[in-house]
Amino acid sequence: MARAVSQQRKIINTTSAWVIGLLIFFPILWTILTSFKTEATAIADPPVFLNFTWTLENYTAVLERSNYARFLWNSIIIAGGSTILGLIIAIPAAWSMAFVPSKRTKDILLWMLSTKMLPAVGVLYPIYLLFIKMGLLDSRLGLVVVLMLINLPIIIWMLYTYFKEIPGEILEAARMDGASLKEEVVYILTPMAIPGIASTMLLNFILAWNEAFWTLNLTAAKAAPLTAFIASYSSPEGLFFAKLSAASTMAIAPILILGWFSQKQLVSGLTFGAVK
Amino acid sequence: MGSITLKKVSKSFGEVEVISPLDLEINDGEFVVFVGPSGCGKSTLLRLIAGLEDLTSGAIEIDGADATNLPPAQRRLAMVFQSYALYPHMSVRKNIAFPLKMAKMDQAEADKRIAGAAKVLNLTDYLERKPGQLSGGQRQRVAIGRAIVREPAAFLFDEPLSNLDAALRVNMRLEICDLHKTLATTMVYVTHDQVEAMTMADKIVVLHDGYIEQVGSPLELYERPINKFVAGFIGSPKMNFVTGESAKKRDADTIGIRPEHLDVSHEKGEWAGIVGVSEHLGSDTFLHVKVEGVGTLNVRASGEFRVNYGDKIFLSPQADKIHRFNAAGLSI
Repeated sequence: MARAVSQQRKIINTTSAWVIGLLIFFPILWTILTSFKTEATAIADPPVFLNFTWTLENYTAVLERSNYARFLWNSIIIAGGSTILGLIIAIPAAWSMAFVPSKRTKDILLWMLSTKMLPAVGVLYPIYLLFIKMGLLDSRLGLVVVLMLINLPIIIWMLYTYFKEIPGEILEAARMDGASLKEEVVYILTPMAIPGIASTMLLNFILAWNEAFWTLNLTAAKAAPLTAFIASYSSPEGLFFAKLSAASTMAIAPILILGWFSQKQLVSGLTFGAVK
Repeated sequence: MGSITLKKVSKSFGEVEVISPLDLEINDGEFVVFVGPSGCGKSTLLRLIAGLEDLTSGAIEIDGADATNLPPAQRRLAMVFQSYALYPHMSVRKNIAFPLKMAKMDQAEADKRIAGAAKVLNLTDYLERKPGQLSGGQRQRVAIGRAIVREPAAFLFDEPLSNLDAALRVNMRLEICDLHKTLATTMVYVTHDQVEAMTMADKIVVLHDGYIEQVGSPLELYERPINKFVAGFIGSPKMNFVTGESAKKRDADTIGIRPEHLDVSHEKGEWAGIVGVSEHLGSDTFLHVKVEGVGTLNVRASGEFRVNYGDKIFLSPQADKIHRFNAAGLSI
């Protein structure tokens, strides 16, 4: 009896997982499909799903009209730079909170997380003014710094959880073996936390890649990443759906492929500590 | 050289004082065991010596030089942890080599020392494995190997055998004793197991609630315990404590008799009792005897002494082996 019930439950679980998965994936699939349609088919009513004449004309048009490579390069620099800078700051921070906690460590962690609860637009004005004063507007450096700051709480929080899992005795052993603080972090802590650091890096790279609010508001032409590239194809009248879709597909393709190949790391990163 | 001197050393965590100011002298080459029930501060004391905890007050000298504020790395001490604390991402060779790498020793000398340690500890065939692929006993050996290659001034052991099974524990105990004889280096060893303390130590330090109760050789502690706590803690099975009439007769508040110092007889003796559970080990028999007005006494009888559950037997303490304690629990 019990077996029959669990079998039934398994089928229900699997089916609902697929339904939810497809539901989430559908907009992406639709965008990709639309990118291969003509502008006319793209807005056809009723919508066409698969039986249309496939075309690459949107891609050619988009590539002709804008410099995709430059946007892509900006995205890589901004997402990569902010992630690396974030890690350099977060590793020592997470180290100290995980291994030499003070009475206030928990409060600090919560306080850092609470900064994520503030609507970004609330600080747009002051940051915009600061950027003007410092000459950082439409610069990659400015975006690297801002995105790093935005994601820093998550990076620190994730690394903190990973570091907490490393037994303190191993670090003490390193200290007894004559390792300085730097050597302890470089030779023992970091290699042991590599899986955690890798998934943190990945997740933050994706978050920074997809970040649109700051990238759209603080860039114009020079430092604009792929999010701005997409935005440049959206028009208020809602025309040129197919070209917009082609641009979107090109913008998400690199990160989608990266995510696909590192699924395992990502999932372990997101569910770390949840199970066990 | 590896003498360690503790002067008025104390440690508090917040309001709680875990080590009350204490003095202790550990001589070069000595095997010193800190023993006591859990929570007595023995591990904390070891960590203070290691430098992994800061002193609240007092001073620590290593080889006559003040080491109170030295970081662990500069105290020339090696430590073996209860959990072994091996570096899981490194091979056995790299684990053992790590302290030498930190000391920036040249490769040839390092290789020589690693090979030497591996040979002594029977690890030669396992040098390229990762700790995860080793058994508990082998991991313990790697931890010891990592400690000995540095040729430290002293070794610190924090309950190193408590994760091993009984048979292996006896083996490793012998190996560590052997190592001490070969290296002739100071060893400080923490355990809650009084058998380990008795068998391994040159000098035992009995700790209780952050105080040193007594310091002495195993036999001193066994023969002349300073108070009831030490008397009860050292020796296995535990000492019997008797109060009341039998104690008053001997001008004491409490008398203590070890199970091996009670003579048993089927005919006559000071106390008459009923045999409860008896444990036959072959060579010895441990009896739990209920004595009216005295309580249950543990008795160690010879294996040839035959009794059954419920038999009536007689017990007499050996007069010269009786320990007498006053009302404060101190030996008279």
